[in-house]
Amino acid sequence: MGRYVIRRLLQMIPVFAGTTVLIFVMVYALGDPVQARCGDRACDPATAAQIRHDLYLDHPLWQQYLRYMGQIFRGDFGVAWNGRPVTELLASALPVTLRLTVLAILFEIVIGITLGVLTGLRRGRPADTATLLGTLLVISVPTFVTGYVLQYLLGVKWNLIAPSVSSEARFDELIVPALVLALTSLAYVTRLSRTSVVENIRADYVRTAVAKGLPRRRVITRHLLRNSLIPVVTFIGTDIGALMGGAIVTERIFNIHGVGYQLYQGILRLDSATVVGFVTILVIVFLLANLLVDLLYAVLDPRIRYA
Amino acid sequence: MPEPRNHPDEAVEPAGGTGAAMGLGQDEARSLERAPGPGRAPAVPADRPGADRPHSLWSDAWRDLRRNPVFVIAALVILFLVVISVWPRLIAPGNPLSCNLDNSQQGSAPGHPFGFDTQGCDVYTRVVHGARASVTVGVCATVGAALLGALLGGLAGYHGSWADAVLSRVSDIFFGIPIVLGGLVFLSVVTSTTVWPVVGFIVLLGWPQIGRIARGSVITAKQNDYVQAARALGAGNTRVLLRHIAPNAVAPVIVVATIALGTYISLEATLSYLGVGLKPPTVSWGIDISQASTQIRNAPHMLLWPAGALSVTVLAFIMLGDAVRDALDPKLR
Repeated sequence: MGRYVIRRLLQMIPVFAGTTVLIFVMVYALGDPVQARCGDRACDPATAAQIRHDLYLDHPLWQQYLRYMGQIFRGDFGVAWNGRPVTELLASALPVTLRLTVLAILFEIVIGITLGVLTGLRRGRPADTATLLGTLLVISVPTFVTGYVLQYLLGVKWNLIAPSVSSEARFDELIVPALVLALTSLAYVTRLSRTSVVENIRADYVRTAVAKGLPRRRVITRHLLRNSLIPVVTFIGTDIGALMGGAIVTERIFNIHGVGYQLYQGILRLDSATVVGFVTILVIVFLLANLLVDLLYAVLDPRIRYA
Repeated sequence: MPEPRNHPDEAVEPAGGTGAAMGLGQDEARSLERAPGPGRAPAVPADRPGADRPHSLWSDAWRDLRRNPVFVIAALVILFLVVISVWPRLIAPGNPLSCNLDNSQQGSAPGHPFGFDTQGCDVYTRVVHGARASVTVGVCATVGAALLGALLGGLAGYHGSWADAVLSRVSDIFFGIPIVLGGLVFLSVVTSTTVWPVVGFIVLLGWPQIGRIARGSVITAKQNDYVQAARALGAGNTRVLLRHIAPNAVAPVIVVATIALGTYISLEATLSYLGVGLKPPTVSWGIDISQASTQIRNAPHMLLWPAGALSVTVLAFIMLGDAVRDALDPKLR
């Protein structure tokens, strides 16, 4: 197990480097950050040269990249366009998005898996068909449409929630945004757990367990669920990245000042420090989530042993 | 995940299935539209009365599909969408860019069933003309991602060793970038108003998903006895790949690609909504929804019509993908 984790961590290094290089080059192509700092007027050449020097922009791209990576490992993410250190922005934005993502994943697990297992056990019945149709509908309506419609109905028309989230972004304010964020993935989780349960319910070990005379509840929770949840766990793990990225849309609709908001501002201001910093953190979260998923396999499926 | 499988009749008698199978290997993605359908000449003899040869996967799948009401409905909707994206003026003769500010945000009026948007443009005309952008992006991006993914994933799975390792890491890199986030960063540089940058971006971040499926199914297919037999008979790599592996590994790729098509259309709309996808004067549902979203309190009809059209389109493609998967996955039978 320990050796496996170390090997996986080592494998992450090239992936991490590749992703950050890709982002770094793209942000470099975004445009001239110097001009963005001078506002609407043209930069005075001496000031421009000074800013260029301060930002290390007068060096080749690969030297900038290496220097930037070196800084990151010392915990220095640079300074954003408005003079605040990026770490400060991260400290204010990450907890908000984290709360949003955690709530969304909870929705996926609780509602998605429950619906999936219940419909899988009742394959072909009306409840199953209705749920399948419902998930299809949910998948086909884009997130930003659901977001606006729910905001309009719940926030404006019926006044059940505040249409935009305050800057503290408490858990109770985030319930509807998290539901909107989770909805598409929730439908996938439902379908995936349903398919998985349908496939496994005919497996030999389930028949054995029933033949042994185990109570139905135990057969389902101990034998069926444990085996059926493996693909679902993979999906939820890889979905963490997608959720944090998708949070851009949700955060824009509900005016949440999280990672998506800061990133959007960074891109508008051509601010490479903010963009690269936030994306780097997101990539790290994503890679660690994937590792966690692979380790969870061993817990769920005792046949898998990591040397 | 659908498991790859082999066609019994092709394994026994390669000559039977190769004509169409060769074509399939060369353009898997285009076969998306026609795969289970016509042109499956080798399947016909299996349907001959009295022939006790096993049916091929494709003929079975096609028969299932024709009887599946979900498939028929989805196919009709898609046919309609394709027709109106090629000839939008058939049902909406007006010009989507000719607007009259006098009509700003008006509700429906005679001849203008969906009302007008903020600029006073006819929403019905814009919704009909918007189909072209969505369908073009969806189809082109899927064809591109499926070709690239099948090619790279297939080669990685077939070759194994270092090629597989390199390719898996490269696709990990692309997987590491959340797709909406990547779109914001990559596409905000672009100033072109055509659909091609969006198509290119979706292909770039979409192929690893299809590549992984292709890799897995090629690995399974290459362990089959008939592949060993073909090799023992002296068949070269190209021949083994195209004649024996590709036809047996292509089904999961088609399934994933068909389902991806719907999500790509949705993704295009999301990117356009964020202001980095398609740009005016291109008429696109995503742009219209984005512009309507700020006015949802005053004129919800401006948002609901394009959003409804978008949802129906995505739904049709996802239903098609579902039906194709059920038809190609005998496990569920």
